[in-house]
Amino acid sequence: MSYKHSLDCSNLLCPMPVIRTQNALKELAIGDTLEVICTDPGTLSDIPTWCRINQQEVIDTKEHDNQIIFIIKKTAN
Amino acid sequence: MTQANSVETSTPTPQKQRKAVALISGGLDSLLAAKVIQEQGIHVEGINFYTGFCVEGHTHAIRKKDKDKQKRNNALWVAEQLGIKLHIIDISEEYKDIVLNPKHGYGANLNPCLDCKIFMVNQAQAWAWAEENGFDFIITGEVIGQRPKSQRKETMPIIARESGADDRLLRPLCAKNLLPTLPEREGWVDREKLYDFSGRSRKPQFELAKKFGFDDFAQPAGGCCFLTDANYSAKLADLWEARGERRYELDDIMLLKVGRHIRPKPNFKLIVSREEGENNFLQGYKKQFTSIHTVSHGGPLTLLDGSFDKDDIKLAAQIVARYSGGKSANAVTVQIENFNGTSYVMDVPPMPAHEVKEEWHV
Ligand code: SF4
Repeated sequence: MSYKHSLDCSNLLCPMPVIRTQNALKELAIGDTLEVICTDPGTLSDIPTWCRINQQEVIDTKEHDNQIIFIIKKTAN
Repeated sequence: MTQANSVETSTPTPQKQRKAVALISGGLDSLLAAKVIQEQGIHVEGINFYTGFCVEGHTHAIRKKDKDKQKRNNALWVAEQLGIKLHIIDISEEYKDIVLNPKHGYGANLNPCLDCKIFMVNQAQAWAWAEENGFDFIITGEVIGQRPKSQRKETMPIIARESGADDRLLRPLCAKNLLPTLPEREGWVDREKLYDFSGRSRKPQFELAKKFGFDDFAQPAGGCCFLTDANYSAKLADLWEARGERRYELDDIMLLKVGRHIRPKPNFKLIVSREEGENNFLQGYKKQFTSIHTVSHGGPLTLLDGSFDKDDIKLAAQIVARYSGGKSANAVTVQIENFNGTSYVMDVPPMPAHEVKEEWHV
């Protein structure tokens, strides 16, 4: 499945993937989904935490090889 | 007359809810400062600046052997404890000027703490006005008499004055030792409920944390960034010296946190990974750097930074072989990959341990 909005955060270290995600979500409409591709294992904790405190929803997290892929739904402005 | 709300009773005009931006570093002090103000009914949102040198995450995330250790980002953790929004702002570009030309000088290492604080407060205010318009003041967790330099009493007014935040910069943990700020004078916050912490003792903070029911908070040993670290600062100074100019890119400062840095000659250095996590991380840089990895034996991935000729590459390959599983073999086969994708192999004798000079280690 390919996502209309995708963000490649490969090789970026936290908190850069969080910052990029935060900024990318600002550009989306409520209800849109964003795919975020990361390689830093720190994102496994940071991205869901950021989403929780900013009322955004992580709808899926996949890990394979050295990649971590999040699907985030924009649920608040 | 028994009616509770008689017409004669004047209903007080509802006070506008004031909004404050709290600078959240992730440490206990910023957590307490924000909480103290929250308790007074102020709407608080957090802001956290990413300078590129922040200790959060990073090396802990890179190194695989730390995988089991908790890798939370403390600023996010603090925001979650407080139930506030956290805005993380990338200031790494603008921050370069602070690191390269600090008006108020450096601390013990390459840490420009005073300029850094002025800059962040400035940014917070600019951001607050522009983005949210309607934030009334800024909170920081600074306490007089504590490291870093920007937390000493005589520097406090400098920060407020030069940051342009003037009267709207409130430090709830030591406010009672300072002149009342606008939020206090206007009655948005009750000065009596602020604190007068001073000195190096952390006891008052721990007691306050206990009162609020916070435990498990982060207690960074050094400062909030790598610039207070002597080894890190030495690597940064080495980079500037080797390049003949004081300049850096974000990738440079990331790489200073990873691997062994060995400079056998002034014109180039090796960045040798120390374990699998670092190996994975350095893989991501193979399109930007010439890299060396061992083929005949297990060994670390190494990047070469600088300018180098054939002899330099051979020297580097021998050092790489020294850190591989073949360090006692007669020869080790290594593959050299240029960043453009071309590659070749060569056999080299590993460099004997005593020939890897102590002073090469950056
Ligand atoms: S230790 Fe803190 S105040 Fe000092 S330069 Fe680093 S981030 Fe800034």
